[in-house]
Parts: sequence; structure tokens; C-alpha cells
Amino acid sequence: MEGVMAPLIEIEGLALGYEHDGAHVAVLERLDLTITRGEFIAILGASGVGKSTLLRVLIGLAAPSAGALRFDARSDCAMALVFQDARLLPWRRVEANVALGLEKMKLSKAERHIRALDALRGVGLENYAERFPHQLSGGQRQRVALARALAVQPDLLLMDEPFSALDAPTRQRLQDDLLELWRETGKTVLFVTHDIDEAVYLADRVIALGGQPGEVRASITIDVARPRRRADQRLRDIASLVETKLRSE
Amino acid sequence: MKQRLAALLGLALFLGAWELAPLLTPGAHALLPVPSQLPGAFWREFQNGVWLACVGASLSHYLIGLGVGVALGVAAGVATGVLPPLEWMTAWITRILRPIPGLAWIPFAILWFGVEEKAAVFIIAIGVFWIVYFSAHGAIRNVDRDLIEVAAAFGFRTSWEKLVKVQFPASLPGILVGVRTSLGQAWMAVVAAELFGVAGLGQRMNQASSLLATDIVVVYMLTMAALYGLIDMAFIFAQSRLLTWKA
Ligand SMILES: Nc1ncnc2c1ncn2[C@@H]1O[C@H](COP(=O)(O)OP(=O)(O)OP(=O)(O)O)[C@@H](O)[C@H]1O
Ligand SMILES: [Mg+2]
Repeated sequence: MEGVMAPLIEIEGLALGYEHDGAHVAVLERLDLTITRGEFIAILGASGVGKSTLLRVLIGLAAPSAGALRFDARSDCAMALVFQDARLLPWRRVEANVALGLEKMKLSKAERHIRALDALRGVGLENYAERFPHQLSGGQRQRVALARALAVQPDLLLMDEPFSALDAPTRQRLQDDLLELWRETGKTVLFVTHDIDEAVYLADRVIALGGQPGEVRASITIDVARPRRRADQRLRDIASLVETKLRSE
Repeated sequence: MKQRLAALLGLALFLGAWELAPLLTPGAHALLPVPSQLPGAFWREFQNGVWLACVGASLSHYLIGLGVGVALGVAAGVATGVLPPLEWMTAWITRILRPIPGLAWIPFAILWFGVEEKAAVFIIAIGVFWIVYFSAHGAIRNVDRDLIEVAAAFGFRTSWEKLVKVQFPASLPGILVGVRTSLGQAWMAVVAAELFGVAGLGQRMNQASSLLATDIVVVYMLTMAALYGLIDMAFIFAQSRLLTWKA
């Protein structure tokens, strides 16, 4: 059990800003967050608070101006990011899109094929391998994007409002698919969303970001056993609590 | 069906009017050959082997010039598109060289290469180069940054990796638009380049017109139109195979 509880990533005093017309605008400041291996964390916060920026820093698309990111020393932490819009490469068929991250690894063509198809099977789209992205629905595209991230078998799965563009039934189905997958693989998930109900339904812990520049306002553990019911009164109560935390200045 | 019929009718009317036009003024036959003369003229050119030789020579100038121009244009356009320092360095060179038409290079083409095939290829390639250069440069610069970020998020961080994984495939449609434009442009350059003496269609047309053999001139005009049509169709076919992913 000792290994399971170890922190996967420790974020300490993280700060980052952008230059705007010569002035430095801070987006994140003094952000501390410890992510435990296997944890499902939801990140909430007003638009523009820096949620996407945080994910971009974690995966190395943006460099912090201060602070430390400490990864678990015993393993190199493989990460994958699911963007808000699916961002598939339109010239690649579904299978080749899913295989994108695999092309960075030392795998034979046959192994890439197997792993890509496995990942597609995981999201229920194995029969769509030969399609082009424009031949898919929005929800299917988002599932392919998820498969593309899962194919690299990341320790940490970063998801940036992955379901926000979808209709409610599709969103709920994908949420349940994601939970199922998380339960089976034991991955660590960092899930950014605007939707408080989604956050409390999915996560072990909800992080509320707030302020300008953004910092962690609250960290709320959700002690409701799984599988959960969306209508569960305890989830409703936690949702209202989170809402007040997000509102408070 | 109606559309086809109308098209055929239009063509028939055009040929009829053309056939009858010289009857209006006496002596106009020397100025404008009529359609009924053309099959005979073509057959004579074909039988003595001139037609095949000319078409072969011109096609080879065309294809080599096109190939050289496209290859260099894509390479240069892509390079300046992904490497800003290279673009800054070449900004003024481009501005100076770009407006000079390919034909203005004829004196230098002759000086450097002689009245040889290479000179014709050079003239053709220059025209093609600029068209393809700008389409490739523009296409690469307009690639969706979000897609480049996807490549980076999945570990492709070097300029070369981003180019191969995203920027080049994403800009292929734009590059091909330039290539297609240059298919027509290159034929103009072929005729012009051959007018100064390199063997081919252009030279043959020049000879024929100085002998007032206007029917032969028209035979080669139509030959060129047919070749262009075939090549354009082949290109469209190849393009649709390359871009199956387009809706
Ligand atoms: N490339 C950039 N240049 C300048 N400012 C930027 C850049 N990217 C983001 N910002 C600014 O950083 C702040 C945080 O952006 P971020 O995308 O992280 O917000 P977010 O919390 O994900 O918002 P949303 O919920 O709307 O997606 C915003 O105020 C935004 O304007
Ligand atoms: Mg965002």
C-alpha cells in the first residue's frame, strides 16, 4: 500500500505569467498542489483563472516563471493531455490519430497497430479505425481524442474540459466510461471542468482555483463510495459547498 | 443530359462560325485557317514525325522545369515558413526578385546555358518556383497552432518533428493549389522559352508562322490545350488520392 499513497507530483509555489504590451500579467501565483498516485482530481474555477495553463505547465507546453514541479523519483511519469476540442489531425485516419503518441516510442508498426486498436476498443470505436475525423460525430471525436491519450498508457491523464462541448446524455455516458477506465487501470486523473456536478460526481477530490492571479482556494475531498448516483444527496450537498467556496473572495 | 447537349451545341456553333468567318472577306484564308483544314495539317505534321518530336521535346522541358520549380519552391517556402530568421533574411531578396518575370531572364538563360534545353528548363522553373514558393510559405504559416500544440503535447518538440507530423501534411492542400496554378503557367513559359530557339512546340509554331502556315500554328495551339487538359486531369486525380481526408 505504501507505494500507492506516494505523491505522484508535488507542485510548490508555482507561478506563471504572460507578457502583455510590455507588462507582465500574472496568471498563476504561489500555487501548491500535491497529486497522489491513483487519485482522480477535478479542478474547478472561473474562466481565465488559469486551469488550462496549469495543465500546459504540467505537460511541458509552458514553462513556469517560479516554483517547483517535483515528480515521483521512482518512475518517469508519462503524461497525456486531452484537449477541450478533440484536436484530431484531419489528414490521419482514426487509427493513425490514436497512434500519434506511439510514434514517439520505440515500437514496431505491428505493436503500434495493436496498441492503437486496443485503445480504440477501450472507447468503443474499434469499428471506426479507418474513418477520417470529419466522418465522426463530435462525441466520437472526443472519444478518439481520449483513446489517443490512453494509447500512450500515461501514469497521469490530464483532461481539459473534455466533455464540455457534448450534449448531456453523451457527456454522462463518457463520464461513466471514464470512471470505468480509471477503475480498471488505476491511472491518476486531473480533470478540468466548469461543471460542479460533473466534478463532484467524478472526483475523489475537488480543487477550487480562484483569484487573480489564480491560486488554490479550497481542496474538498469527496467521501462518497463508488459507484455513485448522480442524484445522491451527499453529492448535492458537496456541490453547494464547492459553489460557495468558488464564489467567496 | 441537357447540359451536355447545350455544350455540344455551343461547340458546334463555334466551329461553324469559325469555318464560315473567312468567307466574309476575300483573301482572309491566309489570315485564319478554318477547322476543316486542321485534320489534314495535323496528319502531315504527324506523318513526317515533326509533331511527335516537338511534343516530346516540349513535354520534357515542361516536366523537368515543373519538377525543378516545384521541388525548389516547396523547399524554400517551407523553410522560410518554419524558420523566421530565414524569412527575415530573405525578405528583401524576395521582394527584389519576385516581380521579375521569367521571360526577362531569357538573356541570362542563353548566356549561362546556351540555346539548349537547360535554358528552357531554367525559364520554366523560375515561373513555377515563385508560384509554389508563395503558396507553400503561406500554407505553412497558416497551419492551426492548436494542431502544432497537439504534436508537442505528444512529445514531438523539435521543429523538424513538428514539420513532419503536422505542418507539412496540414499545408499540403495549400501547396497543391499553387502547384495546380503553375501547371498552366508552365505551358506559357514553355512556348516563350522555345520561341528563342530551343527545339519544341514553340519553335515549330514560330517557324510555321513565318511561313504563313497558320493551320500548323493552330494545330500546335490545340495540341498544347489538349496536353494541358490531360495533365490537369491527371493532377486532379492524383490530388484527390492525396487528399482523401478532405470532406
Ligand atoms: N498565450 C497567451 N498569451 C497571453 N495571455 C494568455 C495566453 N494564454 C492564456 N492567457 C491568459 O491566461 C489566463 C488563464 O488562461 P487559461 O486558458 O489557463 O484559463 P482557463 O482557466 O483555462 O479558462 P477557461 O475556463 O475559459 O478555459 C487568461 O486570462 C488568459 O487570457
Ligand atoms: Mg481552459
